[in-house]
Amino acid sequence: MKTTLVRQDSYFDSVFLMLLGRELKRLPGMADASAVMATGANLDLLGAMGWATEDLAAGPDDLVIALDGADAAALERALEVAQKLLARKRVPAGAPAALAAAAAATPGANLAVISLPAEYAVREARKALELGLHVLLFTDKVALSDEIALKALSREKGLLMMGPDCGTAIINGKPLCFANAVSRGPVGVVGASGTGIQEVTCLVDRFRSGISQAIGTGARDLKSAGVGGSTTLMAIEALARDDDTNVIAVVSKPPARDLAARVVEALELAGKPAVVHFIGLEPEPPRPGSVVRFAGNLEETAAMAVALAEGRPYRPRVFTLPPEEIEAILERETRGILPAQRFLRGYYTGGTLADEAWILLHQRTGAVHALNQTDPAFVLADPRVSVGHTVVDLGDDRFTASRPHPMIDPGTRTERILAELTDPGIAVVLMDLVLGYGSHGDPAGALAPALAAMKQAARRRGGYLPVLASITGTPRDFQNLAGQQAALEAAGCVVLPSNHQAAMLAALVLDRLQDQGGAL
Amino acid sequence: MSMDVAPILRLFRQDLSVLNLGLAGFAESLLANGAEAVQLAWKPPAGGDPAMLEALDRIGAGADGANRRAAGIILEGRPVLVGLGTALDVVPGMTPATILHAGPPIAWERMGEPLRAAVSAGLNREGLCGEVRFEPCHRHQAVAPAAGVITAGTPVWIVADAVRGHRAFCAVDAEPGLARVLDLALRARGPVDLKELLAQALRMGDEGRERNRAAASLFIRALAPAMVRLDQPRDLLAGALAFLDASDGFFLNLSMAACKCILDPARTVAGSTVVVAMACNGTDFGIQVAGLGDRWFTAPAAEGPSDAAITEAAGLGAFCLSTGRMRQITAAEDPVWGIPAGIDLRKVVETGILPAIGTGLKPPGSCFREALAAFADLPAEKGQ
Repeated sequence: MKTTLVRQDSYFDSVFLMLLGRELKRLPGMADASAVMATGANLDLLGAMGWATEDLAAGPDDLVIALDGADAAALERALEVAQKLLARKRVPAGAPAALAAAAAATPGANLAVISLPAEYAVREARKALELGLHVLLFTDKVALSDEIALKALSREKGLLMMGPDCGTAIINGKPLCFANAVSRGPVGVVGASGTGIQEVTCLVDRFRSGISQAIGTGARDLKSAGVGGSTTLMAIEALARDDDTNVIAVVSKPPARDLAARVVEALELAGKPAVVHFIGLEPEPPRPGSVVRFAGNLEETAAMAVALAEGRPYRPRVFTLPPEEIEAILERETRGILPAQRFLRGYYTGGTLADEAWILLHQRTGAVHALNQTDPAFVLADPRVSVGHTVVDLGDDRFTASRPHPMIDPGTRTERILAELTDPGIAVVLMDLVLGYGSHGDPAGALAPALAAMKQAARRRGGYLPVLASITGTPRDFQNLAGQQAALEAAGCVVLPSNHQAAMLAALVLDRLQDQGGAL
Repeated sequence: MSMDVAPILRLFRQDLSVLNLGLAGFAESLLANGAEAVQLAWKPPAGGDPAMLEALDRIGAGADGANRRAAGIILEGRPVLVGLGTALDVVPGMTPATILHAGPPIAWERMGEPLRAAVSAGLNREGLCGEVRFEPCHRHQAVAPAAGVITAGTPVWIVADAVRGHRAFCAVDAEPGLARVLDLALRARGPVDLKELLAQALRMGDEGRERNRAAASLFIRALAPAMVRLDQPRDLLAGALAFLDASDGFFLNLSMAACKCILDPARTVAGSTVVVAMACNGTDFGIQVAGLGDRWFTAPAAEGPSDAAITEAAGLGAFCLSTGRMRQITAAEDPVWGIPAGIDLRKVVETGILPAIGTGLKPPGSCFREALAAFADLPAEKGQ
């Protein structure tokens, strides 16, 4: 039986509501549950799912909880739990409701972090800029024209406009949104991608250096000619003049035409040693007399930046471990793989990490399916089903429409693994584990049972399944890096020091299987 | 591209202080890292109403300058009580056959019982029958308290703005003889600065609408020395003092006139979204907005006829009892009274916070929404 509960004048953020809906659905006797703001679109959706919404007295700033339970007692219980969870979430009374009031009440305020639904986020970002606040706009799916207008306003005001679709930044040593606890130091990072910045900043920390500022630009900043790299170019200019920044690192997907050249030109003008990594592009050789170096992957970006900061030559290498140890791992992890096991499966939560992996593996095998594959033949036809070699980014829009990002709710990934562990073709599994603020408190703990089940399933088929992973994190991240690594290793996982190394090891596993006449 | 990045370099040297709108976890991480972070109690602006959001966007920051000017005029106002007079003699546009009533304009047919009773009493008093003109007090620089009307013979307090000379009037609930004594005492003493007197009264616990004990006492203290020296019969002087002492309520009329006096000059500021009047005729509650001229925006009323909400429009009354919330819908801060002032129509619609207008009373939100829609539809040169 179905029922609804309306809470007037109660706004809650979407992540909280998704988690609330999931909690309620899990209660005994509940068939379905959903908690949404009563916008027209959401009410239509509930109506289509069979709830009576026509006579509901609720508007966009009212909360609707829709429940479907076995009997009245189950619904009653769910309502009670809902009330309890909602009570805990209440914003303290007297908190300012509007930006202008909040800014007036907080004279030192200098940055607005905005993660509201897209239909509201642009107005608030514009107001923040008009109030003289720098902005981090986490919200994605903002219209391109709005992004262009916001960035024009930010240029006019000389303010930093990070995003839209900016998931990570570190300003003055403080982590914003999904960011890690990294040391402060001489490396300034400008990045168009969240997990790309996370990986680079964590590795800079691992290489015993630190970050002055890490500025997120939003995914479209360099990709769209209309946006024209506005934030990237401002960030480079600011880092050029920042006394605490000695090296500038820029990480982005391949820019729109001419923009790559403008970024390099801006770095030349900045005059500080710089590293550029355009994900998926072959690194250019250094130009004579230029301060700009090109890196081939995220780890190399960090390593080059630290070498430049310390004024020592950069020595390229793939693996941290000596070759004989890598060989021993390969030997151990490929022994027992059956001839039928031929395919790589990458289950990622970090978008850029997934890109780095599929691009590298596709270069080597020519046959990796992914959601944003550039070769149409290898675009994953059904995002929910892996075929052949597949690297899937479970944080893609297609998975996060109605549930939180897998870095917050690991369920998306574990469910996918559990659904696919019966596939006898799986030869090697590759994963990321992203720690830091914003992420789940114990992602390894949440993942370990699925890993164990997967390995167990392969064993039952008489085979063996190597699982390779890397952890994006630092020892000061609240999830406890060492503990997370130990949990993965206890589940039989090989943990590499970077995503690039994990993907390279996966490539070597595939090479080895091919040599043995197995993998394609 | 030459770029000004000085504000960014300043940010790098400051302590990070974040206003967080949306996912609360982001503020929590910052607090855990020793940064300052304020989680806003954000709600969809204008209740998520797309038409209102569109109107707000169209107006944008365009009204900011005009609102600063309007609020400046309101704050500069120095209302002083200069005397008393008879409505016909002093109220602009008053005629023997005019009856001024509280609230927005209304015809006899739509008047509720309390207003009809007050109008009938006024007709009797003036011996009027036949052709009568009903007009809102507000159109005549006047205000009337609960169920009050102003007729030609009604004694009125006269408040003048010492800065701009603008005058405002409010009915006096006293016999004409008493009113004359009060007028003589005032003229003997000289004008009473109501802004300053109200400032003191607010510090002593008044709010200028329902609580006027301090203001009434201060007023008696200001007037009594001059009054007892008047060459008038003792009974009349005693009667006048007894009138002032009988109830603190007489001061509400003065407070209303003072508020009317400081709000009216803001009506001349084109392009401003500052609310210059809130009033009720018992049938309709209505508001007026600086940039929208003489137009009223009305909705069915929940209370009796009275112009007393003019006090809240100026920041007094229930308004100054919840300064935290009201500060979110105002354009300025009154340094003399120490309260937020200058209700900004845009902020009312955007936040959904309605001006407090008395114990447990809220004005109908629809008049603010209608006024905003009308403002957004103004030709650009007027709306900017």
